[in-house]
Amino acid sequence: MNAWSRFRRNRLALVGLVLVVVLAVSAALAPWLAPYDPARQSLVEKRTKPGAKYVLGADEFGRDILSRVIYGSRVALLVGVLSALIAVAGGLLLGTVAGFVGGWLDAVLMRGIEILLAFPYLLLALAIVAALGTGALNTTIAVGIWGVPTVTRIVRGSVLALRETEYVGAARALGAPVTALLRRHILPNILPSLIVYATLFMANAILLEAALSFLGLGVQPPTASWGLMVSTGRDVLLVAPHVATVPGLAIMVAVLAFNLVGDGLRDALDPRLRGSA
Amino acid sequence: MLTFVLRRLLLAVPVLLGVVFVVMLTIDLLPGDVVALMLGEHATKDAVATLREHLGLDKPFIVRYLEYVARVARGDLGRSIQQNRPVAAELADAWPATLELTVAALLIATVAGITAGVASAVWPNSFFDAVARLGSLFGLSMPIFWTGLVLIVVFSLWLNWLPVGGAGSLNHLVLPAITLALPSVAMVSRMTRSAVLDVLREDYVRTARAKGVGELWVLGRHALRNAFIPILTLLGLQSGQLMGGAVLTETVFAWPGLGRLMVKAIFARDYILLQGAVLVFALAFVIVNLLVDLSYGLLDPRIGRQG
Repeated sequence: MNAWSRFRRNRLALVGLVLVVVLAVSAALAPWLAPYDPARQSLVEKRTKPGAKYVLGADEFGRDILSRVIYGSRVALLVGVLSALIAVAGGLLLGTVAGFVGGWLDAVLMRGIEILLAFPYLLLALAIVAALGTGALNTTIAVGIWGVPTVTRIVRGSVLALRETEYVGAARALGAPVTALLRRHILPNILPSLIVYATLFMANAILLEAALSFLGLGVQPPTASWGLMVSTGRDVLLVAPHVATVPGLAIMVAVLAFNLVGDGLRDALDPRLRGSA
Repeated sequence: MLTFVLRRLLLAVPVLLGVVFVVMLTIDLLPGDVVALMLGEHATKDAVATLREHLGLDKPFIVRYLEYVARVARGDLGRSIQQNRPVAAELADAWPATLELTVAALLIATVAGITAGVASAVWPNSFFDAVARLGSLFGLSMPIFWTGLVLIVVFSLWLNWLPVGGAGSLNHLVLPAITLALPSVAMVSRMTRSAVLDVLREDYVRTARAKGVGELWVLGRHALRNAFIPILTLLGLQSGQLMGGAVLTETVFAWPGLGRLMVKAIFARDYILLQGAVLVFALAFVIVNLLVDLSYGLLDPRIGRQG
């Protein structure tokens, strides 16, 4: 049974996949799907309750929350995908170097990785943002760096295991460059683990971006970011609870979607891990 | 026993040094000029240079790092730039609140998570199991700051049972503690379920049942005791998550703890205070995981203390 048919039998994973597709479509087609311009203010209609004109209500500046939630999916997905790419690229580089070079470089790198892993991630992201400054790009970098240690470990473990195999030894003896070894032998072996990790990482990346933006240290106004929307809604929480709670629902659905797909992929690609927490 | 504790504490030193190094380095890599940002755009060149010298920022990074470490070793965390108070005093004011919050959350996570996990494992694929597993999926997907706001809307605004924020009484603690605990409840219940399910398949559980031991005794004496080690490891790791979550929870509920202090320090570019706060968090994390390692020996006599 191949991976796809295993994945397809997992109903929760399919629900997750549908939600991811919905997210991707809303991000891609935001200008056509959104009923209003997400930046259009209408101060007389501020804090309008959900109703006929504004399906999900309007925020503090009378901006349509539905339109902003739709545009917010762009920020969430972009930060998620790009930070996952940073994590995978950084981890591939460091893991390959640590695994192939070995020696003191390996020891130093892995101690550093352990320190990063031992550290509460939000605190680390806060330190990075404190250094880089706020904004969408810096948030993406801060989130991406957080994923590098785990990818490094996956890659290094695989490099160490495969370095000792005869076929990799033979390829090296024939003078194959490291990049070829990486592409032909290492990558195919770790691809399933990387895909699973990257998917689950996206869920956490969306959460982390939202958290940073909520604190005011992530994406800056007037960009429509879900975490930022919750943060601005917080000021009017007691008079207009929908302004803060509705965008938060979008965060939860997006995170849930990637968690479900990630769990499903793990069960489908790596049956040994089936059922494990 | 004592040598084990001492050895572990010594091993923590390079971790703490590393954390300080990483934090100081990230702050140092700052593209903008901290001092100029602190003084505002109308500051004269002289004022910037004076403050830079005063803060010791004119020295190379390694020198500053070593000086900071040497001062911390003597118990001097420096003075907060914004408040001009000793950082140690600022931290001393804030950490009891964070400790109270995280311990309460850890208790909730342990009790609720283990109860739900055991019930799920004892009646696998039952209605309760399905609800608990779905609940834990949601628990892991909810942004913690949003959960806090929803709880405020329901329990403070609609039901008017609990205060919106602030600290001071047990009533103030309920909502922040639950908010902070929820993702950990989800993790712990997932872990407990799979650990107990694994143990229940063991031969010794079958033997115990075969010789007529009551089901409760099997669960408590055999299953839970053995399942506890992975759960405990997870709780240690969760304490790190709780510290991160505390930053958000404290912001939502205006809880006067370390997390809020840290966010304030970032906004004020008070990097000396920030370094101190990060150091306290890292130290707390190291201590919690040391306690976890120590308790392994209590739970499982086979795990020696030779370390």
